[in-house]
Amino acid sequence: MNIIVTVKQVPDTNDVRIDPTTGTLIREGVPSIVNPEDRHAVELALELREAAGGGRVTVISMGPPQAEVALREVLAMGADEAILLSDRAFAGADTLATASALSYAIKKIGNFDLIICGRQAIDGDTAQVGPQLAEFLQIPQVTYVLTARFSYGGLLIERQTDSGTQRLTAPLPALLTCLKETNVPRIPTLPGCIGAYREKTFTVWSAKDIAAPAEQIGLKGSPTQVRRTFTPAPKGEGRILTGEPAATVRQTLDILLEKGLI
Amino acid sequence: MAINIDKTICVGCGACLKACPYDAIDMIGRKAIMNANCVHCGSCVDSCKFKAITSTASDAPKADLAEWKGILVFAETRDGAPAKVALELLGRGRGLADERKVPLYAALLGHQVEPLAQTLIAHGADVVLTVDDPQLAEFRTAPFCRALTGVIREIKPEIVLIGATVIGRDLAPRTANRLRTGLTADCTELAIEAASGLLLQTRPAFGGNVMATIICPNHRPQMSTVRPGVMKPLAADPNRKGEVKPVKIGLKDADLKVIVRETIRSAAKHVDLAEAQVIVAGGRGVGGAQQFGVVRDLAALLGGEIGASRAAVESGWIGHDHQVGQTGKSVSPKLYIALGISGAIQHLAGISGADFVVAVNRDPLAPIMKAADVAIVGDLHQVAPLLAAEIRRHRKEASA
Repeated sequence: MNIIVTVKQVPDTNDVRIDPTTGTLIREGVPSIVNPEDRHAVELALELREAAGGGRVTVISMGPPQAEVALREVLAMGADEAILLSDRAFAGADTLATASALSYAIKKIGNFDLIICGRQAIDGDTAQVGPQLAEFLQIPQVTYVLTARFSYGGLLIERQTDSGTQRLTAPLPALLTCLKETNVPRIPTLPGCIGAYREKTFTVWSAKDIAAPAEQIGLKGSPTQVRRTFTPAPKGEGRILTGEPAATVRQTLDILLEKGLI
Repeated sequence: MAINIDKTICVGCGACLKACPYDAIDMIGRKAIMNANCVHCGSCVDSCKFKAITSTASDAPKADLAEWKGILVFAETRDGAPAKVALELLGRGRGLADERKVPLYAALLGHQVEPLAQTLIAHGADVVLTVDDPQLAEFRTAPFCRALTGVIREIKPEIVLIGATVIGRDLAPRTANRLRTGLTADCTELAIEAASGLLLQTRPAFGGNVMATIICPNHRPQMSTVRPGVMKPLAADPNRKGEVKPVKIGLKDADLKVIVRETIRSAAKHVDLAEAQVIVAGGRGVGGAQQFGVVRDLAALLGGEIGASRAAVESGWIGHDHQVGQTGKSVSPKLYIALGISGAIQHLAGISGADFVVAVNRDPLAPIMKAADVAIVGDLHQVAPLLAAEIRRHRKEASA
């Protein structure tokens, strides 16, 4: 059972604060972490590898050289091998160009039964790379996965829907995107951490290594472009009420009654 | 867009480092150097007083873009009726179509769904394209992708809008890739750029800490998923006339490999924040699970739903189905009362559809206070029970 897991190194966006006077992001001290749902994806891959009684879990990421840290962390969890796609040619990629680069790398890896991704990354929240990757590879996708186990040569999957859950079967190879509810990711052991640096294979591939055409990756391969980024302007015009609660509550009630809101 | 820094002009002042939301500029030898984090957002261009940073637009649009005309809304169905988000998208789509002077299409995929077409027309659609197949009775990615791609290729719309539901977020990226076009996720604002006619797709980015406006200049259609609860549906006009056009799509065996065995509806009481008219929400300031009683009381009194900030949910004070904001839900109630919520941008983005916001917070500088129509500076544990008491007293007087 050969499983590929996609992993992204992300800034911990929960720690990002906005400077109240300038309205800009305060990035100082914001740590880089493994995207939370990707750790669940790695855990699911490790569990399925164990259930299958063998195989390899390969973790793959696209990012700057420092993304190595994220890959070493999931190697320490128990993944067998890591590949980092790192090249200026990948920079500026939107989700389609990211999925495109990953698809070329996965075609180079070749032999796989299953691809597992986290549902979405906390810095972009798009949830698009997984399905776009599945389309590039022409394999079925199942998103928002809660549980997955082997059954009749394929997978029996429970997934979340808008109004409950769904149980379905999918053939292999397939691509899954999983939720936090899927499992509890294992904590790397000390030998695992040492092994992640000493024993496991860690490879960096450039765009040339994966034979990705320049117009299908990075900025050139991205149909979407960021026109501008901004911090939303405050609505303004609001009324600020200060003073004794009895007075402010009375004023509020009058406003709500006048507006017909209660 | 590509960003270039002219090292001969750069004086190493560092203004661009502060302006960059992505930590993508390093100062090396007193010169600004772009690193691999750059997403080409252009924030640094305006920040440079010395005009050392320039952006160059990418390749000119291909000539055949003009062939793509009209706005298409994917009309998701739920329990044999159009999903609320489908009607919201028709409402916004109608405005965009009028601005572009093009037709508004709806794609209605399913089995025996044609009776729903009139509802879509009543909410603004000019033409409803139906694909009817027993294999489309229940949502599955592959057959729906085949059908939607077929409809898009048939009518060639310049814009495709899909609700950012679980179904939409599964279907849209696969479909956009099959068409090799761009897709912007979870948009909260859509507008047409006057000069270019391009769709300006605005969404929360960077964990909801900033907003980003995305364009898709050289590929068609321009595709967006749109957050439920943000756009407003039009009032239904049963006399509105439109056209219903069946489209024949041949599904392939390869589309049917994933098999749905069972669909289970959640038994737990459904917290319907997206539909709620009144929401009373609590944040970190509430202080604990027990203390959430004040939020529940006020919500019950006003016949509203209970909301919560990410901080309150992550503290375990209330279930995650109550969360409002980026990873939770967008809401559009008539009245939103925020108790002890500071107002992180993701939360403010989530409540941007609310008509009237009342905030109670001890900190007059909390971001929520600027977003509120009425901001009460005070302790929510004093203010909320008092407000509840005043409302009760008023009702008693009114009925007396």
